[in-house]
Amino acid sequence: MDFGPYLFFASLEGAVTSAVLALIAVGLSLVFGIMRVVNVAHGEFYMLGAVFAWYVTSLIGGHPAIGFVTALIIAPLLVGLLAAAADYLILQRIEYDPERTIVATIGLLYIIQQSTLMGFGPDARPVEAPFNERIALPWFEFGESGFAMTWPWGFSTTSYKLAVIAAAVVLLLLLWLVLSRTRIGLVMRATQLDKDMATAHGIPVAKVYALVFGLGAALAALGAVLVVPIQQAHYLMGGEPLLLAFIVVIIGGLGSLPGTVVAAVLIGLSDGIISVFFTPTLAKIIATLLVAFVLVFRPQGLFGKHLA
Amino acid sequence: MKSWLQHTFMHALVLVGLAALFFVLSEYHAGNLARIMIFAVYAMGYNIMFGYTGLLSLGHALFFSAGLYGLTLSMHLLNIPAAFALVLGILASIIVSGVVGFFALRTRGVAFMIVTLMFAQAGFLAILLAGKYTRGDEGIVLAQATRSIGSIDLSDATTRYFAAYLLFALAYGFCAYLVQSGFGRTLIGIRENEERAQMLGYNVQRHKWIAVVISGTLSGLAGAAFALLWGYAGATFATVQYSIYPLLYVLLGGAGTLIGPLLGTAFMFYLIDFASEITPAYMLIAGVTLIALTLFLPHGLAGELRRRWLRWLP
Repeated sequence: MDFGPYLFFASLEGAVTSAVLALIAVGLSLVFGIMRVVNVAHGEFYMLGAVFAWYVTSLIGGHPAIGFVTALIIAPLLVGLLAAAADYLILQRIEYDPERTIVATIGLLYIIQQSTLMGFGPDARPVEAPFNERIALPWFEFGESGFAMTWPWGFSTTSYKLAVIAAAVVLLLLLWLVLSRTRIGLVMRATQLDKDMATAHGIPVAKVYALVFGLGAALAALGAVLVVPIQQAHYLMGGEPLLLAFIVVIIGGLGSLPGTVVAAVLIGLSDGIISVFFTPTLAKIIATLLVAFVLVFRPQGLFGKHLA
Repeated sequence: MKSWLQHTFMHALVLVGLAALFFVLSEYHAGNLARIMIFAVYAMGYNIMFGYTGLLSLGHALFFSAGLYGLTLSMHLLNIPAAFALVLGILASIIVSGVVGFFALRTRGVAFMIVTLMFAQAGFLAILLAGKYTRGDEGIVLAQATRSIGSIDLSDATTRYFAAYLLFALAYGFCAYLVQSGFGRTLIGIRENEERAQMLGYNVQRHKWIAVVISGTLSGLAGAAFALLWGYAGATFATVQYSIYPLLYVLLGGAGTLIGPLLGTAFMFYLIDFASEITPAYMLIAGVTLIALTLFLPHGLAGELRRRWLRWLP
């Protein structure tokens, strides 16, 4: 078996990362695009999603699917409400001043993370997947004897991982529909374009902001509930996705949702592929420096057209 | 010249007070205060950029660890004597802050914060990557015999206190001079209104760059001194947490005040020390403080003092 199949396997692993990363990064991008807020605590909302999912699934007995579906609804809802409350209690009071907002969300990061350490403890805890069949991967080749399929050839994935990818695609499409086809989406876009004009037209901007901040956090939490059967819940799990989401949002162009999704796929795939073939630390160094230099020399992002 | 008198009185009070405290405090608290003075130097460095120039950096741990590792690696790997290694540590932080400043200053606002954060993260990862030399998270312990300049043994508690004191006094004096000099006043002018400073003919970009280098060098000096006085360097000092600390110190003490960094470092040090005795989640107190400060005390302790009673506070 040569290079091709390994690359295929690595990209499939990368696609799972991409799917979850897209949800987290779109949440971050939404908040930045509409509110101009850089939410450093975004990774902690993601972590909370996983932790709540663990609590919900361990409270509900029966088939793992029942607990999981309940978690999929309750965890993002709780996280969203919490975030909206944080927006109302803290960010609105400092009037979204950029520097003070960053400082406040750093504070929020520590409060959420350390409270979880106190309540949930320092251990990583697993959540059972609702279904988890092994699927051996096929490989197609044009050999000397024409088109041939090898199956099984050693590597396999699980039905759950494929479902994560599908779920992320559905959720992103749903979000796009909400933003472009519904009244609430229209209100959000109007607020993004001109806050004062929106206020003049009777849009309750403060409520829209709380909603957007909650929605952004809920998207991160959704990503976390999807990933927790693969990865386990832990109080420090928010740091890495936060960094990756930053990278994605910046490379995709600050505040641009399509750019964010494209960048998430790109970064997720290359992360999967790179960490199969190279040392992950070196890959991360290159990625962080890339982000720094993109911001320095091309602040509109690699795919953005105009200044954010 | 009333304010000149008031300034001199305050400087004397701070410097004489810190020297006298050594003879009053118990050994444990004197040790803490030595640490606080070194970290106050770090915070004063941060304050040059954040408090006086209005540049919020989220990556100062990079400058701190440039000094820390500049000294430690040259002592540990190359057997260079401590005094010379200290110079190398400072040199390392000058170079690192010069390069970071050159690139990061092309951005502004939020982008500036993220760029400094990313550079620092890359630096932290590079320390882990070079684990063969830096020993990563585990860190390097400097041999006690090598930690002396001339015949002065810096690992002894009393000399350590006064070495930290000397360094603090030098940095404090330097900052006191800097902020009332023409250069320092120009930085404040840039903080208050960049376009106006530009229009008045100041080279804003160059002033900012020099501010970054001064700030980074003071931070690196603190890092190098920390490694020399306590004989330890580890990757922890390059993490985001150590970039947040000086921000926290300066915000609590009062950004853009001379005495603020010392006040903030001392308060936060004891708060965290106290919290870590109760719970492993001691960074909770840092989070609560950050939010409480942004909501209720945006000028910090010294800033509030100046706003309410002591208008002359430098």
